[in-house]
Amino acid sequence: MRTLINNIIGIEANLDEKQYPSDIHAHLVDREAFRDVAKAMKANGARLVAQWATDETLFARGFGIYACYGKGREYLIIKAYMPIEDPTFPSLTKKFASAYRFERQINSLMGIVPVGHPDLRPWIKHEDWQENAYPLRKSFEPCEKITRVKGNYPWITVGGEGVYEIPVGPVHAGIIEPGHFRFSAVGEDIINLEARLGYTHKGIEKRFESLSWEEGAKLAGRVSGDTTVAHSLTYCRAVEAISGCHPPERALWLRALMLERERLTNHMGDIGAIANDAGFAFMLYQMSRLKEMLLRTNQQLFGHRFIMDRIIPGGVALDITQEGKNEIIAEMDWLSKEFERLVTIHDRNSSLNERLINAGILLPDTAKELGVVGVVARASGQGMDCRVTNPFSPYDQIIPKVTVFEEGDVYARVWVRIEEIRDSIRIIREILNNLPDSKIVSRFECPSPNKDGFAVVEGWRGEIVYWIQSGLSGEISRCMVRDPSSINWLALEQAIVGNIVPDFPLCNKSFNQSYSGCDL
Amino acid sequence: MIKILHQVFRTGIVTEPLPPMVEAEMVEIGGELEEIIKKRFHRSLTIRAIDAGSCNGCELEIHALNNPIYNCERFGLHFTASPRFADMLLVTGPVSINMEIALRRTYEATPPPKLVVAIGDCGYNGGIFGESYASIGGIKSTIPVNAYIKGCPPTPTIILKGILELITLEKPYAAQSFHPR
Repeated sequence: MRTLINNIIGIEANLDEKQYPSDIHAHLVDREAFRDVAKAMKANGARLVAQWATDETLFARGFGIYACYGKGREYLIIKAYMPIEDPTFPSLTKKFASAYRFERQINSLMGIVPVGHPDLRPWIKHEDWQENAYPLRKSFEPCEKITRVKGNYPWITVGGEGVYEIPVGPVHAGIIEPGHFRFSAVGEDIINLEARLGYTHKGIEKRFESLSWEEGAKLAGRVSGDTTVAHSLTYCRAVEAISGCHPPERALWLRALMLERERLTNHMGDIGAIANDAGFAFMLYQMSRLKEMLLRTNQQLFGHRFIMDRIIPGGVALDITQEGKNEIIAEMDWLSKEFERLVTIHDRNSSLNERLINAGILLPDTAKELGVVGVVARASGQGMDCRVTNPFSPYDQIIPKVTVFEEGDVYARVWVRIEEIRDSIRIIREILNNLPDSKIVSRFECPSPNKDGFAVVEGWRGEIVYWIQSGLSGEISRCMVRDPSSINWLALEQAIVGNIVPDFPLCNKSFNQSYSGCDL
Repeated sequence: MIKILHQVFRTGIVTEPLPPMVEAEMVEIGGELEEIIKKRFHRSLTIRAIDAGSCNGCELEIHALNNPIYNCERFGLHFTASPRFADMLLVTGPVSINMEIALRRTYEATPPPKLVVAIGDCGYNGGIFGESYASIGGIKSTIPVNAYIKGCPPTPTIILKGILELITLEKPYAAQSFHPR
């Protein structure tokens, strides 16, 4: 990919030296070349990882537009600057489907226009916000109030005889996050699904800009409550990349331990909840019992059921004792036995599997086209896992097993989770048996001004990306958060077409996307 | 099928083998709760949970109330799909600008008398998200609140305890900004 970029842009001189870590290359291109690079990247089989904009007027650089591409283990950031008086850039949506919502979001929150974008309805920002509210701009005060105006959101409509719409949400029947889904259906068959999110938008990216680097880790831990470990870890790794801080070996291993425990609890909950949505409540209660036991051990050993705020810039906030280690090892033995019994029951229950097989199929080609990540990608033939491609210690020694299925249905997504639970149990055992002795936190110095940090971590949902820029006096100037859900929501809309309305909860649960992580 | 039955009998009632500390607490809370729910709410206190913009952390703990270990239904606590059937709203927040109207409508759709309990630090005052262009702050900013159960997130035991303390008050509906111990 690097040779390719050199061929397109011509010279290494365009390399942006302020991007950290140094193996992530950032290239500055002319605004006009922004789409040409995308074209070449697409031809080269790369995926669009994220796209975001910055307000760099305080650096006298105008606005910045960034696109991050990924292929295999390589990540490449392409950026271009725009003058304040002409904030436009060529849209990438026709090259990369995942740019569709990134660009709508950039347009809504930063007021930068993607020229050539086919659909510029507001995203995250709702239609009743005043027109000129662009909260991510530096000229917008964080506490400025939005004035409500009368607005209209033109939904995508489907015509034809017998077509009707079912609006669902934002307040749902279950205990879940808010979002609006609009189905167009004929009889029970879904012809089209349009999701409208943004209901949990609470200004997280703007909020980062008024926090200290340490407080930022806490906020990152609350981007999505179920992914608190992975989000704060990604944030910390991006910050540490800028400041050149190397956490001690033991801290890295403990971080991996927390990350795997988070994967275990969430996957267990999901397997139970998916089965429940197919009418098999037994599995929900059994799995939620195992999950509760894991949470209690977390509380006892880490002082928090979801291990919030235990990952800090420079390392981790608390160590584990020998007794704690023994306790987890004993717990893994118990858990593994209990889990395998349930897997056998799940596997032999033909009426359950009848519902799961062939429901909500996301074809491998569609998955690749959309650039989906994580569990959803692995269930649709895309063998990607940042723990393997971009490992930090101990993942370079304890190599995770990447389970890939081609079917792309609910059943495949369940089995990816089952295999990952098995593998996580193995990883946790190996971490505890080989845990190195050292300090648990290194001295963390705040980053120097005008530097960019980037990090990716495989959370339980998939690849999480943070890109952080330090400001003129070394404060957080911009923090871009990309939860796996930001991309995978698009895939749900594709997978549901042709299914029946009553199967939506089942399909939705098998994706289990974060609303808060997407809305920010 | 035989495996399912075997697993059911092997698992037994998991409410039994809790750690003694938690178990003692649960029996005490649960027993009292059951009495009051029988008396005041004719055997069932129906709850509608609303996410007004939370990070999903509090939702996980509200979910956990329904797991077989806390099994809140044994005390007559029941979660409903519609605000029309609800005696109590459990609201998590901060209230986001995009949920403000939906939250107010859901509140209005709930028939009086109704109790509102704000869950979590964010439900109290916006928590780490504070007040900004997008976050209006605590639940009180939008609808009247009877009680706050703080924590980030509060554990299921704390939520159960908080609900109990509110409904055992002499006049729970008159309570404003009640903070359980």
